Amino acid sequence: MWKNSSFKVGDIQIMALVFLLAGLLLLMSFLTRGKLLEIQSLQAIAFQLPLLGLLTLAQMGPMVSGGIDLSIIATANLVSIIMALSMTRFFPSLHAPFAILLGLLLSLLLGMVKGFFVALVSVPAIIATLGLMIFIRGVSLVITRGYVIAGFPRDFLFIGNGTVVGIPTSFIIFAAFAIFMYILLSRTRFGLELYLFGSNPVATLFSGVDNRKVVFRTYLLSSFLAGVASCVMASRFNAAQADYGESYLLLTVLACVLGGVSPSGGSGRVLGITVSVIILQVVATGFNLLGFSSHLASALWGIILLGVVLFNRLVFG
Amino acid sequence: MKFQMRRQTELYLLAIVVVLSIFLTVMNPKFLTLENLFDLLRNNSFLGIVALGELIVLISGGIDVSFTATATVAQYIMGVIISRTMVNSVLLAFLIPIPIGIALGAINGCLVYYTRVNPVIITISTLNFYYGVLMFISKGTWIYKFPPTFREFAKLKLFTLMSSKGVPFGVSIFTLFWVILGIITFFLLKYLPIGRKIYAVGGNLEAARRAGFNIFRIQLFVYCYIGLLAGVAGFVHAELNQMIQPNAIVGMELDVIAAAILGGASVFGGVGTVGGTFLGVLLIAIVKNGLILMKASAYWHEVIMGSIIVLAASISAYQRKLQIRREKGRFVEEQLF
Repeated sequence: MWKNSSFKVGDIQIMALVFLLAGLLLLMSFLTRGKLLEIQSLQAIAFQLPLLGLLTLAQMGPMVSGGIDLSIIATANLVSIIMALSMTRFFPSLHAPFAILLGLLLSLLLGMVKGFFVALVSVPAIIATLGLMIFIRGVSLVITRGYVIAGFPRDFLFIGNGTVVGIPTSFIIFAAFAIFMYILLSRTRFGLELYLFGSNPVATLFSGVDNRKVVFRTYLLSSFLAGVASCVMASRFNAAQADYGESYLLLTVLACVLGGVSPSGGSGRVLGITVSVIILQVVATGFNLLGFSSHLASALWGIILLGVVLFNRLVFG
Repeated sequence: MKFQMRRQTELYLLAIVVVLSIFLTVMNPKFLTLENLFDLLRNNSFLGIVALGELIVLISGGIDVSFTATATVAQYIMGVIISRTMVNSVLLAFLIPIPIGIALGAINGCLVYYTRVNPVIITISTLNFYYGVLMFISKGTWIYKFPPTFREFAKLKLFTLMSSKGVPFGVSIFTLFWVILGIITFFLLKYLPIGRKIYAVGGNLEAARRAGFNIFRIQLFVYCYIGLLAGVAGFVHAELNQMIQPNAIVGMELDVIAAAILGGASVFGGVGTVGGTFLGVLLIAIVKNGLILMKASAYWHEVIMGSIIVLAASISAYQRKLQIRREKGRFVEEQLF
């Protein structure tokens, strides 16, 4: 996709997404008889969107590199659990900022482990992150024995439930990281190398790029973003558990593919991802308002992802 | 060269299985009894059968995570039919899930071929779709009313021995299912043209295409085959448990993929053997059985399973690196693979 026309294709895709969003908003408000456009629903969307958004940003890097990270949800859960333990049991006197620092450090450590296996040992990303997903979830289970850790201090709950001048704090965090990712991917050397690697690793190598470094950093970044998402998730639920949010995994892949990331790597922009995350959240909130069961919703997500993949194949070849 | 490597994987695996068995026997003498062994082979026949399908998909260069949903849908439809009509025929019950499995597999095959998107993404989608629709329609209801022959069939043994306590035990009919399907898969891969084509496509898709192979037909066959085995395995699972719970199978896909990869199959395609996969299933079964016999907390299962997968994948990645280093030099190996 990294050809002369790639920017144009990207623009058309983003415009198509905006039209899709408008159409879905209309359809969903019609189906829910206007409930979707009521202030409570819009607020719910604004509060729920950042979690999906941050997790999708975490999925984006690996997918642009032509890989995939199946362990982001497991990472986020383990980080939540460590933060929860730090706040409720081990260091309650040190408050939320210390716990968050600890959690983010852990996410970086996990990122280094993933980077080690994918970039240095060259285990295929799918298998490495699959194994690590099971491993990390296992560690979470061993620590929590399947129980929920709940009841966080008020300053921590502010992340997921508070507002700053009327805007949800978590939304501001998401916006900040989206801008950060935008700059990182489109304005830095690392971003350029990542896209190049995703579209053609051999050519990238022979242009003098250290491929291993690029891949290692990609998984480090992805894990860190999963760590940030974990702060939002734990704070929003006011609880941490080994298997929260597992349905988000499919949604992050869907959001990336819908937002223009080619599953074989090398393309996709933060703007497209952001629009596709908004679309998915609107649809998810619509499903909720329509009273769909989680199973029906996941069946629909599956068929939507297939639809998008087929559509891309038909239109963009 | 490749052949030697595969042999090596199998030997390593066999050594690990033997060492682990000795260790477990020392820890708990109950482990190495014929009773426990037959139980192990019976209880893991579901895992063993679908692992054969996953092996073929992996050899072809694909991967399938949706077969658990396929098996669930197939066994659930079978359960609904036989519990409603109470048709007293095991053969009929056995024949129902097979076409369902093949049909769902064919959908996967078409999508994988036509979209050319990573099969993980395709099969995660179909997993969610098949399973979501089933759960939505069935509302998660269990089925446990089966006709008498269906219940009797589960007790069939190839031969029966007496334990020292006077309890009869023997090799279950479902172990025979596993063995027969293993032999069929072995012949298919080794002696039939389609088997050699599957290896060729997995080894180098573009080369196979240019050599004039019909890629669509091969991929369709591969995903239909795992669908078929998922159907049979769905029947076996229902027989083993004498109950159909829609959420009992989904979630086991990782164990199956782990077994195939442990057995020497690679996500890059082109390699893998029936013998290796059998040993991979056996290793996972022994680890799980051992954890139970050693009374380890169930929470440790995932930690150990995850470690095994990462370790096995690392070893095969390392072997691949060594091979590339021999063929193309150190620089290419370090940077590209």
